[in-house]
Amino acid sequence: MTSTVDGQLPGVALTKSELLEMYRLMVLIRRFEEVAAEQYALGKIAGFLHLYIGEEAVAVGAIRAMDPEDHLVTHYRDHGYALALGLEPRRCMAELFGKATGLVGGRGGSMHFADASKHFWGGYAIVAGLLPIAAGLGLASKYLNQRRVAVAVFGDGATNNGAFHEALNFAALWKLPVLFLCENNQYGMGTAVSHASAVREMYRKACAYDIPAEQVDGQDVLAVYEVTKRALEHCRNGNGPYFIEALTYRYRGHSMADPETYRSKEEVEEWRRRDPIVLFRQKLLAHNVATEEELATLDRAVEEAVAEAVRFADESPEPDPATLTQYVYADPITVH
Amino acid sequence: MARELTYRDALREALREEMYRDERVFLMGEDIGAYGGSYAVTRGFLQEFGPERVRDTPIAELGIVGLGVGAAIGGLRPVVELMTINFALLAMDQIVNHLAKIYYMFNGQFTAPVVVRTVEGFGQLAATHSQFFENYFAYVPGLRVVAPAVPKDAKGLLKGAIRGNDPVIFIEHSLIYRNRGEVPDGEDFVLPLEGAEVRREGRDVTIVSWLRGYYLALGAAEELAREGIECEVIDLRVLRPLDIETIVRSVQKTNRLVIVEEGWKSFGVGAEIAASVQERAIDYLDAPILRVASVEVPMPYARNLERLVVPNKDKVIEAVRAALYQRALVPVAR
Repeated sequence: MTSTVDGQLPGVALTKSELLEMYRLMVLIRRFEEVAAEQYALGKIAGFLHLYIGEEAVAVGAIRAMDPEDHLVTHYRDHGYALALGLEPRRCMAELFGKATGLVGGRGGSMHFADASKHFWGGYAIVAGLLPIAAGLGLASKYLNQRRVAVAVFGDGATNNGAFHEALNFAALWKLPVLFLCENNQYGMGTAVSHASAVREMYRKACAYDIPAEQVDGQDVLAVYEVTKRALEHCRNGNGPYFIEALTYRYRGHSMADPETYRSKEEVEEWRRRDPIVLFRQKLLAHNVATEEELATLDRAVEEAVAEAVRFADESPEPDPATLTQYVYADPITVH
Repeated sequence: MARELTYRDALREALREEMYRDERVFLMGEDIGAYGGSYAVTRGFLQEFGPERVRDTPIAELGIVGLGVGAAIGGLRPVVELMTINFALLAMDQIVNHLAKIYYMFNGQFTAPVVVRTVEGFGQLAATHSQFFENYFAYVPGLRVVAPAVPKDAKGLLKGAIRGNDPVIFIEHSLIYRNRGEVPDGEDFVLPLEGAEVRREGRDVTIVSWLRGYYLALGAAEELAREGIECEVIDLRVLRPLDIETIVRSVQKTNRLVIVEEGWKSFGVGAEIAASVQERAIDYLDAPILRVASVEVPMPYARNLERLVVPNKDKVIEAVRAALYQRALVPVAR
């Protein structure tokens, strides 16, 4: 395969700058997560920290396909989506550090990133809990005659939960504009899909509700982009929900506490051979979209941005104790 | 000006007025449309407002509340109905882990103003359909829990709930839908979601209750008044935020407190009231705080057994006499 025009990939309607931005975001997510793991080891980050390393192509491909007005709700492995949306790495890192300057002021931590200005209505940490919420966002869009699609990102583990089935049924029954994007990373915490799900392919579960569904290589950012683009058009045009299963893999444990007793080193190595960043990088180089030097420049800029994010997070103030009881209720309370 | 309405019609008026006032208000729940609502609160609404705004749902309580949360974030004003409070258990993850947390957890960036209407009660419905769970919700910061006893409050508080910006668990009672009462005229009769109300003044004993318990308290107070015992009756109206000050002020006058609740006594709303009152007014108490509550068994079906379980007027009268040391202080119900 050779490209016909420098700066483009055959059959892909993305400009060079868009392609390079996708590359940059994937590298940014990778580097952000590596550094977050280091900061966790240093005690700067606590609690649960679920890293997205290995799955970068899914978030970057999907977000690139979305309209800015579309709704997004995700699972708790949410850093990648925040960064892919263009949220500032420094505010993401500050949230992990539990600082006042974090995305949600240090109230949510790793699992509860959100930014209302981007219609990113949050990372949710009860498995499958976000799915009915996504259907509700789709209902609002339809009710208000908007053309916004609600994108729900969840893992393979969520598909075995009742909330998943209730949400799919509602979305199909009422033809709601909801894109169900399932990241099948092969494990629900430490339990393999084969031990948790009677059906090994997640996308096949959608057929119970007559929702069109397909599987995509989640390590191929362009494949994710293309299928998401098509799926969003389907939803946007009033055809009801769509279901995508992205096959992917997390290189690191479920969280920082994971002893990884449930999978072999060989399996991890096998997946690393199809690393989404390496694959995309090779493609960009092979088709002369970018030079080694251009990509190296982007890599260096990411390195610096993440280092700056850590400095910012470290230097930021903790949340003001006076704000502890703020935002429990929106309307005033005068009785005691 | 005011008219007399039933509790049910007061609720119907509140819903209709708010649906006409605000296009974003819509209803969603099991059998609320074609069937007309299992307690007929929404009868005729489907015909009046159409299927977009009066949405019959599958029997999927978690989904009903969850879609409400999402719709609220997306800019609507959902009033979702859980057919009875017993089924709310299926929706607890959405209510407790999602609805109640969204405003705080995301640092005040957005709210989820969902009104969850539900109903409790009993009537030979056996163990799983005769429960009182207001304490489950009143426990949770972030929720407002409303439990109106009289038609005026049913209307004003429901309108307040729909117009407000917080999630509200709005608890009705199946045995008081036909109760009548004065309701002020006008679409702008809206009540804030807080504050207890002293509905009967008295000097001897304070009785606190809500929902059907309020009517038991009132009945007991009227009967005791014939022998010169004057009870002060407080209708709590809202369980969270809890208006302890109004109760404390009353106890400072009467020095005695009886709480009437239909739920099981242990770990109930009454326990919270008793604890809070003694924290603030122990020096004013001339008798232990007494609770009239349900006997702690799963509800039996048989009529005679069911009657033994739930509070009634006589049990309240006994408790008042005990608080006045007119009879032995024994556990009222266990």
